Amino acid sequence: MPVVDLSKSAIRDLNRLLHSLTATTNETSWTVQNPAGQHSIAVGVDAPIEIEIEGHVGYYCAGMNKHAEITINGNAGVGLAENMMSGVVRVKGDASQAAGATGQGGLLVIEGNASARCGISMKGIDIVVKGSIGSMSAFMAQAGSLVVLGDAGEALGDSIYEARLFVRGKVTSLGADCEEKTIGDEERTILAAVLERAGVDVPTDGFRLYGSARRLYHFHIDNAY
Amino acid sequence: MSELPSNPRTPPRFSATFDPYTIAQIQRAAATGIYDIRGAGAKRALPHFDDLLFLGASMSRYPLEGYREKCGTDVVLGNRFATKPIKLKTPVTIAGMSFGALSGPAKEALGRGASAVGTSTTTGDGGMTHEERSHSQILVYQYLPSRYGMNPDDLRKADAIEVVVGQGAKPGGGGMLLGQKISARVAKMRCLPEGIDQRSACRHPDWTGPDDLEIKIGELREITDWEKPIYVKLGASRPYYDTALAAKAGADVVVVDGMQGGTAATQEVFIENVGIPTLACIRQAVQALQDLGLHRKVQLIVSGGIRTGADVAKALALGADAVAIGTAALIALGDNDPNFEEEYRKLGTTAGAYDDWQEGRDPAGITTQDPVLAKRLDPIRGGHRLANYLAVLTLEAQTIARACGKSHVHNLEPEDLVALTIEAAAMARVPLAGTDWIPGISGQGL
Repeated sequence: MPVVDLSKSAIRDLNRLLHSLTATTNETSWTVQNPAGQHSIAVGVDAPIEIEIEGHVGYYCAGMNKHAEITINGNAGVGLAENMMSGVVRVKGDASQAAGATGQGGLLVIEGNASARCGISMKGIDIVVKGSIGSMSAFMAQAGSLVVLGDAGEALGDSIYEARLFVRGKVTSLGADCEEKTIGDEERTILAAVLERAGVDVPTDGFRLYGSARRLYHFHIDNAY
Repeated sequence: MSELPSNPRTPPRFSATFDPYTIAQIQRAAATGIYDIRGAGAKRALPHFDDLLFLGASMSRYPLEGYREKCGTDVVLGNRFATKPIKLKTPVTIAGMSFGALSGPAKEALGRGASAVGTSTTTGDGGMTHEERSHSQILVYQYLPSRYGMNPDDLRKADAIEVVVGQGAKPGGGGMLLGQKISARVAKMRCLPEGIDQRSACRHPDWTGPDDLEIKIGELREITDWEKPIYVKLGASRPYYDTALAAKAGADVVVVDGMQGGTAATQEVFIENVGIPTLACIRQAVQALQDLGLHRKVQLIVSGGIRTGADVAKALALGADAVAIGTAALIALGDNDPNFEEEYRKLGTTAGAYDDWQEGRDPAGITTQDPVLAKRLDPIRGGHRLANYLAVLTLEAQTIARACGKSHVHNLEPEDLVALTIEAAAMARVPLAGTDWIPGISGQGL
């Protein structure tokens, strides 16, 4: 099981090693020690491997991840798993701003809280936050599901497209063109599946669903505010 | 009995303030209740390269022989940090224009034309298409706030990455692509519902300010193993500070786009009133790099209203390493072709003035997603036309450089230039023709 100690190795060395892996690698279980809040840890990984990071990470950890399962035993800085394509990223602590930003696929699980702009411009990723999320989350969110067991801050889902926002707690305010929706059987099935993938055992009953009112989809005088 | 002569009458006089175009704008606004959207860049008269002249060689300068003596045009972009910098045969590149704003054949034609003369083309909002990657020998991949179509595979397929902070036509503004152009393919690439009016974000989702940008650039370098040159594109507004901050953030190349630079769709009021002219930003950007000791180490690309080889030569003389063209490239492909005059008239315009690129009804088949219209552009013929045009730009720039005694177009310098107007002299920091006076720099001259 490869171990990379970032107190001895550079980020460049770690990422070079990870980028050299192919889909058939037998080095499938990696440990990263002493991340010490450094940026760009395990970015651009494209292999079905597991990476365990023992500590806090800085900006953009697991950025553009494909296929890998990355676990952070600590907190994460800005842009955790930004533009993730597939795989699973799990942070045991809190995540800073823009977690899961523009993510196109895969699953991001935040076991603590997430700061502002969680799921901003998400494009198909599923995000589960066990705690609460900050303001402007899911801004211009296009596709995928954002599931929040706690509360959501101001302007949730501002300018949202077709993403689904499930919130169990209180929503401070909704952003432009975001409205509460009725949860139908289809949405409940989707929610249950996302929760199951995230390993979160809570009933789907307590959630409310928010999505696009689609009033901004066509440009006319009434939406020029 | 003869009639008394009538009093002489003055002809109708239009107001300079309420000129006919302004009156028409007010009437249009009153009728519709919404602002006007169009493509292209600023159309108002601005201080520009036309306001500069080269002095040429004379007693104190020794010229090179016409088209015979060697005058280099090659340029290397991105050798500050990237292990695989870009090597171009001409300092004229193709600016970023999206598939979505442009048709697939148009993107292919741009790639073909650029590749034929050894220069680069650039993606745009909406991601990389197979057509442009396969037909572009050197392709710059834009990293935009929307991140439509962004993925690590295309990032690695690119020859360079351009982090777009702003655009000359709309510094501080995001993009828009109206529903007429959101075809099934465009919608799929952008992960959006088909046919909606689409907004592209005006700010990046996961970084704020130059300190964050430095970390973001670090991430992009890590993902691409430090191979790709990283550009930062700025809409010209505060070029000194913006260029300095982009260089400080780790850019290999800074692109500064003046307000004459085109857009696929933006509000007219934005295009004409936000940002500064291309001429006004070059010396400030160069000064920023010089003050950091990075001029010629971080390359500067200037865009916005480049039309001729003279414009190219003037931009280089002011300190740019290369230029980018967008609108001129589309014209070379066939945009605003008088052969389509009848159709332009049906659209309420005329060849040479057509700018409703946002509507997707381009008679030339360039700024459209209508498959019938798009078929009108033959990408092979379009590519030939663009290659011809790029060759002419290069030849013209060489001609001027030789006349100034330069064996490489990059040897052109501000001392080769004078200005025709005080405004241009001040912006370009070259003397007013016939004087030694550079407004704001030198004292009272001759």
